[in-house]
Amino acid sequence: MRLSPAGALRHSGNLFAMALDVVRTMPRRPFQAREFIQQAWFVASVTILPTALVSIPFGAVIALQIGSLTRQLGAQSFSGAASVLAVLREASPIVTALLIAGAGGTAICADLGARKIREEIDAMQVLGIDPIHRLVVPRVLASMVVAVLLNGLVSVVGVAGGYFFNVVLQHGTPGAYLASFTTLAQLPDLWAAEIKALVFGAIAAVVASYKGLTAKGGPKGVGDAVNQSVVITFMLLFVTNFVMTAVYFQVVPQRG
Amino acid sequence: MGVEICVEGLTKSFGHQVIWQDVSLTLPAGEVSVMLGPSGTGKSVFLKTLVGLLKPDCGSVKIAGRDITRLREHELYEVRKLFGVLFQDGALFGSMNLYDNIAFPLREHTRKSESEIRRIVLEKMDMVGLIGSEGKLPGEISGGMRKRAGLARALVLDPEIILFDEPDSGLDPVRVAYLNQLIVDLNAQIDATFLIVTHDIASARQVPDNIGLLFRRELVMFGPREELLTSDEPVVRQFLNGRMQGPIGMAEEKDATQVEQELAALGDGDTTQTPGSRALTPRLLPGPGITRPPRWEAIARHEAELRHRKAVADA
Repeated sequence: MRLSPAGALRHSGNLFAMALDVVRTMPRRPFQAREFIQQAWFVASVTILPTALVSIPFGAVIALQIGSLTRQLGAQSFSGAASVLAVLREASPIVTALLIAGAGGTAICADLGARKIREEIDAMQVLGIDPIHRLVVPRVLASMVVAVLLNGLVSVVGVAGGYFFNVVLQHGTPGAYLASFTTLAQLPDLWAAEIKALVFGAIAAVVASYKGLTAKGGPKGVGDAVNQSVVITFMLLFVTNFVMTAVYFQVVPQRG
Repeated sequence: MGVEICVEGLTKSFGHQVIWQDVSLTLPAGEVSVMLGPSGTGKSVFLKTLVGLLKPDCGSVKIAGRDITRLREHELYEVRKLFGVLFQDGALFGSMNLYDNIAFPLREHTRKSESEIRRIVLEKMDMVGLIGSEGKLPGEISGGMRKRAGLARALVLDPEIILFDEPDSGLDPVRVAYLNQLIVDLNAQIDATFLIVTHDIASARQVPDNIGLLFRRELVMFGPREELLTSDEPVVRQFLNGRMQGPIGMAEEKDATQVEQELAALGDGDTTQTPGSRALTPRLLPGPGITRPPRWEAIARHEAELRHRKAVADA
């Protein structure tokens, strides 16, 4: 691939065009329920365990940071509130996004890329089947659903991890930790995080599918595609996260 | 009955590199045509352009009166149901076993019951000699079996047009002979339009009604088999005889003076060359178990006459 401004623009355009195709194809019948369930199961199976394992230390790190900070400020009673806020608002969608892109997206990209270079995708098109409808849409939906569910998992595990570290290791008071839960965080925070996860899941799957379906040049091409898909997804996710957070603060009145 | 494919002024390039330009030909309905050409002359690209996987720069491909280069995406998917394509390596779906692979088009496009699908799939598998391998995965079988399975999948929707991308590459001569016989038998049975892209000369001499030759970014010749086999065009003669002397070089083409010298030298020693290199190879006819439609009856009569004439001449 040659690096040129025109090439970069063309790729962005094609990526966006495919995203639109996915949206346009989504309502088309018959819905590929079987493929959707298989993919959802698959994405879930490759992401659940790493997500849980990542979110425990993540919650712990936040608890440690906030714990020492609140102690210095003499605001121990707020450590629970701050750690819930951090986990719920930022940590869980980002952890979800990293895992969905890193574990789910790479698997999707490698799978579609291998099919592409073995001419399976061409064969499918020749058999009169639209790969966007048959393969990409179920994957995007599966990844969105799993991302939303994972986000819930990360929130729970992260908060539990934070609680454990704060109470057991830093000798915080359990009552104060739990009582301050809702002083800063509010229900819209959870909704916002779930919407973020939904969007991140969609982006990860669309980028992975796009890179997979445009892989070329043999097995090495598939490797390159997977690599690029992870990098592109991460960049897009962090930008999207920033924009969505900014919008959220404008739209939803904050507590405190 | 098959469908006629009418190609006009087709040009394709990738970036600045022209693959071929101004290709015009008509694949007659129900006949077998072969597209020959040295490696790297864009034969596979031509095939993919015919099914609309690649868009040509200009020109048209008319199938059943519809120009597929100008169709919208969903119309293209409709027209593609007329096609069966055998890809180079079979292009089977790696995650499915052979049975599911062959049943795939039926399950996607028809509302047939599972027992009916089973009947059709087993019939096609029997046709290509794969009975007993239904449960195998594409990764577990040989290249020849993958090709035959790919053919069975291409046949399952009863296509009007069948395209073969190098059906003989990577197969041993015996399997190639069987595959050629299978192609001829199929043509007699289902009457579809066939296009075979290959560089195997032996198959090209025996199997088709028409031969085309792609070389040097253009269609050198396209016409009835006998016309090509007896042609004096240097490129055609060189390719059909598989010799080094002629316009085709290792790296695409040679300069004109060298070609002239080589051909002159070849002309001097022509008596020592294998005789009959311009002779007509007998055509492959449908096997004894196949009921021949009128077209093949006529071809068989013509072949018998040629053989008789040759016997008389030899005597």
